Order: sequence, then structure tokens, then C-alpha cells
Amino acid sequence: MAERSFEHEVRKLRLGAGEVFRGEGVLAVTKALLQSGVAYVGGYQGAPISHLMDVLCDAREVLDELGVHFESSASEAAAAAMLAASVNYPLRGAVTWKSTVGTNVASDALANVASSGVRGGALIIVGEDYGEGSSIMQERSHAFAMKSQIWLLDPRPNTESIVAAVAHGFELSEASNTPVMLELRIRACHLYGRFAAGDNRRPAFSLRQAMENPQRDTERIVLPPASFLHEREKISARWPAAVKFIEDNALNEFLGGGDGEIGLIVQGGLYNTLIRALELMGLSDSFGGARLPIYVLNVTYPLVPGEVERFCRDKKAVLLLEEGQPAFLEQAIDSLLRKAGLPARLLGKELLPLAGEYTHEVVKEGLRAFLGAHAPHLLDAAPLSVRSAEEAPSLNAPARPPGFCTGCPERPLFTAIRLLEREMGSFHVSCDIGCHLFSILPPFNIGNTTMGYGLGWAGAAAFNTDSDKRTISIMGDGGFWHNGLTSGVGNAVFNRNDNVLVVIDNNYSAATGGQDLLSSRARGGIRSLGHSIEAAVRGIGVRWLRTVNIFDLKRVLAALRKALTTEESGPKVIVARGECQLNRQRRMGPLLAKQQKSGARIVRQRFFVDSETCTGDHACIRLSGCPSLTIRPNPNPLKEDPVAYVDNTCVGCGHCGEVAHAAVLCPSFTRVDLIFNPGLFDRAVGRFRGALIGRLQKRAERRRAARAA
Amino acid sequence: MTGAADRPISIAIAALGGQGGGVLAQWLTDLAEANGCVAQSTSVPGVAQRTGATIYYVELLPEQAIQRAGRSPVLALMPAQGNVDICIASELIEGGRAIARGFVTPDRTTLILSENRIYAISEKEALGDGRADPDSVRAAAQRASRNLVMFDMQKAADEAGSAISAVLFGALAGSGALPFRPESYRDTIRRAGRAVEANLRGLDRGLEGACGGRGIESAAETAAPASVAPPAVWAADFPGSTHDMIARGVERLCEYQDRAYAELYLQRLQQLLAAGCSPEVLRETARHLALWMSFEDVIRVADLKVRGERFAQIREEVRAAPGQLWYAAEYMHPRYEEFCGLLPAYLGSALLRSKFFKRLLSPIFSRGRILQTGKLGGFLLLYLLAGLRRWRRGMLRYRQENALIEDWLARVQECVGADSGLALEIARCPRLIKGYGDTHARGLARFLQIMERVGAQAHSPLDARSARALREAALADEDGSAFAEALRGLN
Repeated sequence: MAERSFEHEVRKLRLGAGEVFRGEGVLAVTKALLQSGVAYVGGYQGAPISHLMDVLCDAREVLDELGVHFESSASEAAAAAMLAASVNYPLRGAVTWKSTVGTNVASDALANVASSGVRGGALIIVGEDYGEGSSIMQERSHAFAMKSQIWLLDPRPNTESIVAAVAHGFELSEASNTPVMLELRIRACHLYGRFAAGDNRRPAFSLRQAMENPQRDTERIVLPPASFLHEREKISARWPAAVKFIEDNALNEFLGGGDGEIGLIVQGGLYNTLIRALELMGLSDSFGGARLPIYVLNVTYPLVPGEVERFCRDKKAVLLLEEGQPAFLEQAIDSLLRKAGLPARLLGKELLPLAGEYTHEVVKEGLRAFLGAHAPHLLDAAPLSVRSAEEAPSLNAPARPPGFCTGCPERPLFTAIRLLEREMGSFHVSCDIGCHLFSILPPFNIGNTTMGYGLGWAGAAAFNTDSDKRTISIMGDGGFWHNGLTSGVGNAVFNRNDNVLVVIDNNYSAATGGQDLLSSRARGGIRSLGHSIEAAVRGIGVRWLRTVNIFDLKRVLAALRKALTTEESGPKVIVARGECQLNRQRRMGPLLAKQQKSGARIVRQRFFVDSETCTGDHACIRLSGCPSLTIRPNPNPLKEDPVAYVDNTCVGCGHCGEVAHAAVLCPSFTRVDLIFNPGLFDRAVGRFRGALIGRLQKRAERRRAARAA
Repeated sequence: MTGAADRPISIAIAALGGQGGGVLAQWLTDLAEANGCVAQSTSVPGVAQRTGATIYYVELLPEQAIQRAGRSPVLALMPAQGNVDICIASELIEGGRAIARGFVTPDRTTLILSENRIYAISEKEALGDGRADPDSVRAAAQRASRNLVMFDMQKAADEAGSAISAVLFGALAGSGALPFRPESYRDTIRRAGRAVEANLRGLDRGLEGACGGRGIESAAETAAPASVAPPAVWAADFPGSTHDMIARGVERLCEYQDRAYAELYLQRLQQLLAAGCSPEVLRETARHLALWMSFEDVIRVADLKVRGERFAQIREEVRAAPGQLWYAAEYMHPRYEEFCGLLPAYLGSALLRSKFFKRLLSPIFSRGRILQTGKLGGFLLLYLLAGLRRWRRGMLRYRQENALIEDWLARVQECVGADSGLALEIARCPRLIKGYGDTHARGLARFLQIMERVGAQAHSPLDARSARALREAALADEDGSAFAEALRGLN
């Protein structure tokens, strides 16, 4: 069950020609796939294309009607390998993942399918997690396209262009027998916009037809001598076919105006930023009416030499806006111009930063430098924006890093490690990918490295030697099933590792939006769930295995202490279980509300901190970090430091109370059980207790008042 | 090129993950489309979705402008500095961040800023007070914006029972920054169809707040000081500027122990005054002396836990409905040391030293307990413990604290004549002693180290500045590295 439901939106997938589609980028992409007659879709979730997977999941009915097979692949590698279906058959297929990390995982299969070549169109939709808000290393997908000869689309970031790119992608793929990668930047994935819808198409050739009439062609299998043939074919046949298709169908665009001696070349995905920057400099309107010519590369690989030459022929200087590094486009275009003997000077990374996101400010700076040198008269245009960042008041806003949500089941593990570190000193902790990586941030400050999804334990593999202290590795259930079972656990068993792994089993692939996993404990649905992590761990050969309820801080502490100190050699695995609170709320919230409405007795718990006994040291916050455990001004005017306070977002997980117990912090934490729909007995006992306690309280109050007099 | 009037209106929403910024962006696009505009919205959710700072961005343009141009507009996917018409910030510091990023400019930006604070982890985890200065943001908001709507919209939302996004939406309607009627905003909420009644109430609160300028009274971050009339008996003895503090101290100690104990407090302060203490030093000493003399021992904690006022406070804070049943369960972890502290001084100190008894009784003190104060057993236990108050003066803990208090007072007194600045710093040092158990031990140890540096003689080797630096370093981190560094720096 994913964090966001698209159940309502998927109805839009049924729109037909003549209707206007309004919605999010990923939904538009799904619609475009259906309009293209796709036969199968696969992928692995991860921002910014998690919602694409969620949409596809929720669109089951529409997909079934059209005979489209969709699956949530076990990993990006599994998704990429799915494209094998397009090698022998005229089947259109699409796969999707987060790039570049997902592309890294997929690259083995990608290289194979790119070598074999495809008969049916094969589209790889990568969500580019680059720039502000990114959670991964900053690299380019462009390199994968170049090394495997996969064509790369980077359309202008508006819904219409993106939808058109999907259609063109399949055609280009079929025209050149090459898989095509469609790169969607993070903001384009979440773009709400509109386009004129077309009719959905059933795949012309079905998966069933392929299965019942298998075809094979040894020349399409990556094994010598065919693999040598593939390499030559890429150069002699597929590349020229692609260039011809791109040119014939005008996939790249010549926009803007004026035929001066300068021009701009831009990656399609950056076009809107460029136009806005020009507009702010008084050099364009809001409709792309720029005062200088712009060559928009909606296909960034391969380049079309004829187009580049035509654009640059009469120009003295051309500025290339290419985001990220290395500057592959700059090198390629520069080389093209030199070989063609054209005098135009190509400027790029000497005026624009080599690294980092191209925001409006960055692009404006680059344009200013370029125009200053090559067309200073254009700088006289009246700028629209007169203020710059330097004039903004400088304020010390405290950093706001992401953190564990209220009630998160991952928090107790890191509290336990912090408490253990008080006893045993610090540990080398190898982290993985997932929400649990927030442990490296305050308040926990735990973790040394992260080497990739599922690679938490492999990341500590070298520390497999005699030592008085063991290492701790962390893995989420998502990473575990993605590859951690083999790369981490299997690897540790095989190499007789003596260290400790904690698998956090929160029931979902939580960081990517709460998608189901093999070990999810939901029932029903379209997939087979409920497969035990413990059984897999035992099956692969681990003997030391403990399962703990992660909210039971004492048990977690005990299990960790035991694993770190036991005489028993061999790999030690702790499975720490607790359901992702966001998903739990979504699952249980409506249920509880319904029960409450129907009059059933319900107890809701939440926490409370006594501001009188709280002394404002905030050790509880340093050991918990729960967003609902916050501070407020001290109600006692004698005291200066703010006191801890539990706000109304508390979900009553009880961790702060457990921390107060385990760390012997203070007596300020109180659990409050609110009773809804009490029974007769409840009420009678409550009245009796209340009356007696009330009388004693009144008596104490009278005495206090007497003392003060 | 078309006219400058045909430019999109740009709206940046600065919010925290999970605060409903996405919903607000959806409402905005719906509102725009219903009013004959084309709207585009984007965001960068990713990891920031998990409580981090995040920006949503919306642009809208009337269809007529598009028809005039005869082409589709090219809309931006992120705010540009100096080019934001409306900036909506759902939290004060996020507003400050938006201002610092250049998204609020005096020539064009309407800033809708909620004054509520959601503290960042760095502010929360400080050993003392790590809160950012809200007034600098308020001042910058005034300076940087063209129009400003600023009030505590979270409070308004809580009162309306809605999400904060509804109040922000209403405040936008009230600001008049968009050419749409308020009724049209209401229609959007109705069309969205979720928590309609509550969100309409929230919207109206936002509308009122924006129309009345500050509308709802600005959230004062400091609790209003109780007005305490100084009783004539002691007031004459002390300078006027210390009256409020001393009055609070007297009140606190009366309820903590009794009238005689408050008299002791006054005596101690009089002694200090007689030694030539300045009003400033006296005021700070009065503050910390009152707090220290009302140290949190088992009796105090039990007393506070069973009070009627506390029950009323819990009821209000957890939003229990009138007449609703609820029970409080206290997380307590009594320790051997605290048990000894409750015993008569001679017995308590003997037991504290005894390894045998410590081992014998350790099973009782080795784990935390949950006491049900809403039920009779738990309540009566704490009620009886609170009743031990009358024997407090004979108990070990009292003797320990009293000795420390007297030592500290003596040091303040030593300094008041020679170095009033140092005296003030010493007077403030008890702020380090906080909490219970290890936290208390840590704070006390650092306090004592500073006192050791202060020395006992009239002319301390320490000056006011270094004493202050030491105190601040002691609160800088938990592991004490900053403090150790500061101590080394003195040598």
C-alpha cells in the first residue's frame, strides 16, 4: 500500500482523443505509454519516479483492459532485463527507475539489451535525481547512454513535450533497433500541467502471441561472434538510422528569433529555465519569444551533426547550456565544429559552472558573461528583475535536514546504538539506503559510510578480521530484498564474517513511498506477500538470528549487546520489526475512526511532558529526535531554558517514555490513555476514582494555600 | 514580444515535508483553472518529504493572455530570485529562509507568513536554549516584502480544527494578491471534498487574519509573567527591580516547603544585599536560588505529579473532550541514590556508601516503572510520598543540596564587592545543574569545576568573561569536549 493513492487520478487514463488531460507529469507519462500501445511495463520505485510506479499499480484495471502487463520489479536490474522481451518480438516495453543509482544497478542488463538491439520499441524512463532535494551522488545518466549506445531524450519540461517524447521514443527505438532512454528531471516528474489526450491503443502484438510462438535469432544473443557484430552494427546501421530519424522528425527544435552572430544551444530539460532567465534580462517574453536563436536538444544523444552545423554556420559564438559534468555535449559539439572547419566559437563550462544545478541565477550569470563578451548591445535591454540575492537580508535560518517521522520504527534502533555507545564506546557503522540513513544526521550522528542500496553489510565486508570490537551494519527490508540477501548476508556467511547486521523490517519500501515488498504482511492484492526475512536469512546459512520488536528498547538493547559480545563466531543478524508509522496510520486511521463512530470502546494513547519537572536539558530529544517531541517556552518565569513538549501530532508510539526509562533520564514523561466510548463499568470506576482523587487533590491544595499565607 | 502585463503570476510555497504544502499547491492550481487561468505547479519532494524544508512552486496565467500571444507560455519550474509575486511560508524560519534565498522582494512580493515555530533539530537538541531569533525574521519580513500578512496561522488552524494550509489559503484570499474572489477559494475547498467544513473554517480564519492586518494577536513566544504583587513585609528591604523575581521565589518556596523555608530564602538574599550586592546580581541570584532551593527530589516530583492543576493541564493538552475518561501513566525510574536521599541524613549516607545494601536492593532500582496516577494505587503512593515533605529538612538529599547552595552563595558574596561582573556570572552558574540521574551528575560536575576555578578567595583568578565562556562551553555539548577545551584554554 503506497503512501500516495492515485485511485481517483487513474480515471484520467481513460480519456480519449479530443479531451484535455490535466495532471501530474508521471500520470501524463503513463497515459502516453498507453497511447503508444505498450505491451509491458516494469520498474523499481525511487524519487522522483516513485509516483510513476504508484500510478501504474493503481491503474491495474485500465492496464488489464488494454492487455498491458505491469510488474514491480525486484530491482532495476530485473526491470532492465525485462526489456529482453523486445529483442525478438515486436513488443513495445517500458521500464522506469531513479537515476543514476538505478541505472548503475541496471547497467548489466542495459548493456546486454543495447548490444542485442531491439525489434519492438524499448523505452527506459529515468527520473533524474539531480540538484535541489536530491538524495544521491551527483552524476549524469548521459555517460550510460554513450557507453552502451542508448539514445537519450531530454525533452522540454512541459507536459505536452514530455508526452510527445514518449511517442517519439518508441518510434526512434524501432527505427534504429536501439533502446531509448527518456530523462525526466525531478521537477518535471512532479509537474502539474495539461495536454490534448489521444486514444489508448492495445498492443498490436501480445505477450501471449510471443509465448505461444517463440522466435529466436542467435545473432541477437550477446556471445561471440554476434557480440562483435553488434558493435559494428551500432556504428554502421543503428546510429545513422537514429540520426536520420531525429532529423527527419524534427525531434530537436530551432526556437527563439533573430539571426545575429550568436546563438544558444540548450538541453531540452533546461529550456524553461533559460527562457525565464532571458525574460528576466529583458531578452524574451513569457511565450518563448526570445531575441536570440536557440537550438533545443530534445535528444542529447546522439547529436545530429547536420543540425549542429546548420545552426552554427553563420555564428561567431555559441553558448551551450549543459547541466552537470563531465561536459560530454561540449566536447562532442566542439569536436564536430572543428572537424567541420566551422569558425564558430563554442562556449560552455568556462562561463557556466562545471558542477551543480543550473538555476535561473546561474544561467543568468552565464548569459551575462557570454553576452558581455559577444553581444554587449543585448545587455542594454531593460531587465525585469532588479533585485539579486546579495540584497536579500542575511538571516541565520537553522538548517532543516530531513529526519525520521513521528512514530518512526527506525528511531529506537539508533537510540539503542547511542545508549550502547555510552557503555562500549563508538562503533563502525555501515549504513544502507533508506530512511534509516537519516541516522547519520542529528540528533543520532551514527554511521560511517553508505555504499548503495542493499550494500550495507557488504560495505563492512573488509572488517572481517580479529578485533575486540565488532562492526554494525544496517539494512532495510527494501535493501534486503533488492540484493542485500545475497550481497550482504550470503557474502557474510560464505566468508565466515563475525560481525553484526540489523535488518529493519518496517513492512514496506518506506523511503520510496511505502510500496509493498516480498515480506510485507498485508493480505490479498495482486502480489504474493508475507515471505519471511528470517526464513531467507536462515536458508542462506545464518545460525545466530534474533527477531525483536523494535519499539521494545530494552529488548533491542539486549539483542545488540549480545550480538556484539557473544563468543559464538559467524555472522549475526538481528531482524528489528516495527511497522512504518506513516503507513500504519493510513492503514489503521480510517479503521479506528470507523470503530469509534460505531461505538466500540477504543483507547488512544499519546504522550505528555511535565513542564514543571522538565529541567530543559533536552537529553530526551538528543536520544529520540521525534518531530512531535519538541520544545516550548518555559511556562515558569524563573526558568530560562525552553522545556520539552509533546505536540498534538504524537501518535503514542511510546518511544520517548522507553528512552526516559532506558537512559534513566527524568520523571517527566507521561502516557495518557484516552478512552473513547467507555462502557458502564468504565464510567462507574472512573467516577469513583475521579471523586476520591479529586477530594485528595482539594485537600492538598488547601494545605498548600495555608502554607503560602 | 507581448506586453509585460502578460506575464505569469509566480507563487512559491515554503513548507516542511508533511505540512500540506502539496495540498495547497493543488488548491492553487484548481483555483486558477476555475478562474480562467492556466496553472502549472512543481515541487521537489524526495527526501525533504520527511520533515525537511521544501519548496512548492506554482505559476498561473490567464487564458486570454495565451490567446493574445497565440502560443503556449513557457513556465518556470522553480522560483527565481526577485521574481516571486507571492511567497507563502507555513513556518516563521522557513519564511526567513525564503527571504534569505531572495524569494521575497520589496518591489513585488506579497508575503503570507505564519508566525508559528516548528523548531529545527539543532534548536531542540541544545543543552540550554538553542532557539533562533524570531524577531530578526519578523523585521526582515517587514523590510523585504511589498505586502505582508503575518500571524500565527497554526494557532488559527488549531482553533478552527483545520490544517494550516486552509488558513494560509484564506490569508492569501484576504491579501488580495490574486484577482480572485474569496468565494472562489471556498469553492476550491468544496471541490477538493476533504474535511470541507473544517477547512472552510480555517479559510475564514485566514481571511479574517489577513483583512484585519495582524488580525489575530501575534504569538508572543514568552509566557506572560504572572503579576505578583510584592507583600509589604519584605519588599521594603529589596530594590524595586528585584521584586517580581523575589516574589516568585517566595511563592515557589512556600508551596515547595513552607513559610519558614521562604524566610530562609529572604534571609539569604538580605545577607547578600548587605554585602553590597548590585540589583542585577541580586535578581539573578534570587532566580537561581529559588530554583535550587526547590530542587527536584522524589517528594517534589511526587507532589507535582498528583496536583489538580496538572490533571487540568493534561486534560487540556491532550484535548480530552469534556467528561471524557483518561488515565495518566508516569514513566518513573527511581534510583538507589534517590532512595538514600529520602532517608535521614546519617542513615542515607551510610547506605549510599554501603556496597552490600546497594547490591541487595538493586533489583528494585534496576528498571523503570510505570505508575498509574489516574488510578488509586499509583495516586496514593505518590500522594503519600509527597506528604514526606514535612521531614525533608532532615533528609540526606536536603543536606547535600543545602551544603552546595551555601557554598555557591558564599562565592557570589565574596565577589560582589570586588568584581560585580564575575559575581553575576557565578550567580548564573546553577543553570548548569539540571535534570536527574546522569544528566544531573554531568551538570553538577561541570558546575563544581567552574566553582573550583572561581576559587574561594575574594580575588578570583577568573574574570567575568572567562567565567561566562566556561558556562557557555558547559552547555555546548553533552560529551563535554567544548567544556574541556575551554578549561584547557584557561591554563
